[in-house]
Amino acid sequence: MSYLLSSEWSRLILGLLVAVGFSQLNALFLVWLERKIAGHIQLRPGPMEVGPHGLLQTIADAVKLMGKELILPLKADRKLFFVAPVLVFTPVLVGFLVLPFAKNMIIHDLNVGVLLIFAFSTFTVPAILSGGWASNNKYALLGAVRSVGQNVAYEIPLLLAAMSIVLMANSLSFSEIVHAQRRLWFIFVQPVAGIIYLISATAETNRAPFDIPEAESELVAGFHTEYSGMGFGLFFLAEYTNMFIVCAVATSLFFGGWTGPFGISLGIPGIVWFLFKTYVLIFHLMWVRWTFPRVRFDQLMNFAWKVLIPISLANFVVTAVVVKFV
Amino acid sequence: MNIFREIFYGGLSLIVGMTVTARRLFRPLVTVQYPRRRIPLSEAYRGHIELKFFEDAGAHKCIVCFNCEKTCPSGVIRLEGVKLREKGPKTLTGYLIDFSLCSLCGLCVEICPTQTLQYSGQYELVGETRSDCLIDLLARLNKRVEQKEKTAKN
Repeated sequence: MSYLLSSEWSRLILGLLVAVGFSQLNALFLVWLERKIAGHIQLRPGPMEVGPHGLLQTIADAVKLMGKELILPLKADRKLFFVAPVLVFTPVLVGFLVLPFAKNMIIHDLNVGVLLIFAFSTFTVPAILSGGWASNNKYALLGAVRSVGQNVAYEIPLLLAAMSIVLMANSLSFSEIVHAQRRLWFIFVQPVAGIIYLISATAETNRAPFDIPEAESELVAGFHTEYSGMGFGLFFLAEYTNMFIVCAVATSLFFGGWTGPFGISLGIPGIVWFLFKTYVLIFHLMWVRWTFPRVRFDQLMNFAWKVLIPISLANFVVTAVVVKFV
Repeated sequence: MNIFREIFYGGLSLIVGMTVTARRLFRPLVTVQYPRRRIPLSEAYRGHIELKFFEDAGAHKCIVCFNCEKTCPSGVIRLEGVKLREKGPKTLTGYLIDFSLCSLCGLCVEICPTQTLQYSGQYELVGETRSDCLIDLLARLNKRVEQKEKTAKN
């Protein structure tokens, strides 16, 4: 076992297998959690029938989805149509490679981990675009186009907020960044960047109130309108895995990763701290989703270009000046 | 300066909204998991009609006057009665309603001279065929009386 772990390749393969398994379990759990939270906010119990408190409901749903026929719309681009769900899911998985779950629990401690994660999260945009384009459906195409516009706009404040943290920690590696905040989390030093990151991350994952690419009241289901069975399932899986990734990145960048607050770990292992913080952030995302109505597209773009980008830019410049001269 | 004020008040309103949903998250649920749990029915609920049971008479008080059958706009009610004695009221031998035709107008309840009709609390009215909608009120009454006696004995 130690030999297996010592070799870089076997470590990568093992890690990826664990990541695939974990992302499935995580998605199953998050879908259940989302429905539960939605239910309780609306004063109803949510899924209750399958398993204790409906815990096995999502497994039943997944089995149902696997049994469904994959329908190819007339005149759709066959190759692109079937490749798009895979394309959307794979780059999300790469994020698990560089995330530090605990001090030594990192599959590959890349020195440009932050760069890698953000580069690969951008990959979902062309995948969504190809899915929407290949569907030969106006709603799918509109949803995909909206998704591209939104992601381009929100990537900038997201990256600027992350870059401020990189400047503070003077490193692009996640473990170094977490190490730099073992005394004080960066959210206390960089609250503006933290808030901007969370807002942009919500938009990046296409979640309400920024879920206009799949706004069901105007676009049916957006880019995955024509997908059925596991094609739709993969989009769903990617969305929830993406949520986990952005929250895990937020945990590493702003909330001290595997460390406890102010260096107090209370003897709790790092991975518990990490997952706890990540799931609290995910809960926050769901809480936001079931609180606020969807914004209009022009409001969304105005908010990104007129508010988020100037503020994050100013924050970035101030951080750079302070880091350089203080 | 205007934009900063907008951001400030906008952010404040977001927090207010979040507290509203957070509070609702811990409020007791209002929905009932229906087949497992039931809530007591309102007194004013109008199901299909049924015969009232009078404690003093030990039976219903239907005199087979056919007023309900005549007043029913949809022809729901079928009454049958026989005269057991030469001089005396008729006795009810059959009271059938076809609930698939009933519009729940309640005219039969209002017109009944002995007030022996009432609304039942029956709300689970699923049937597979049309004949499932035929309800024998006399049989229902007998069943109710039997059940009452059973509970009284226990």
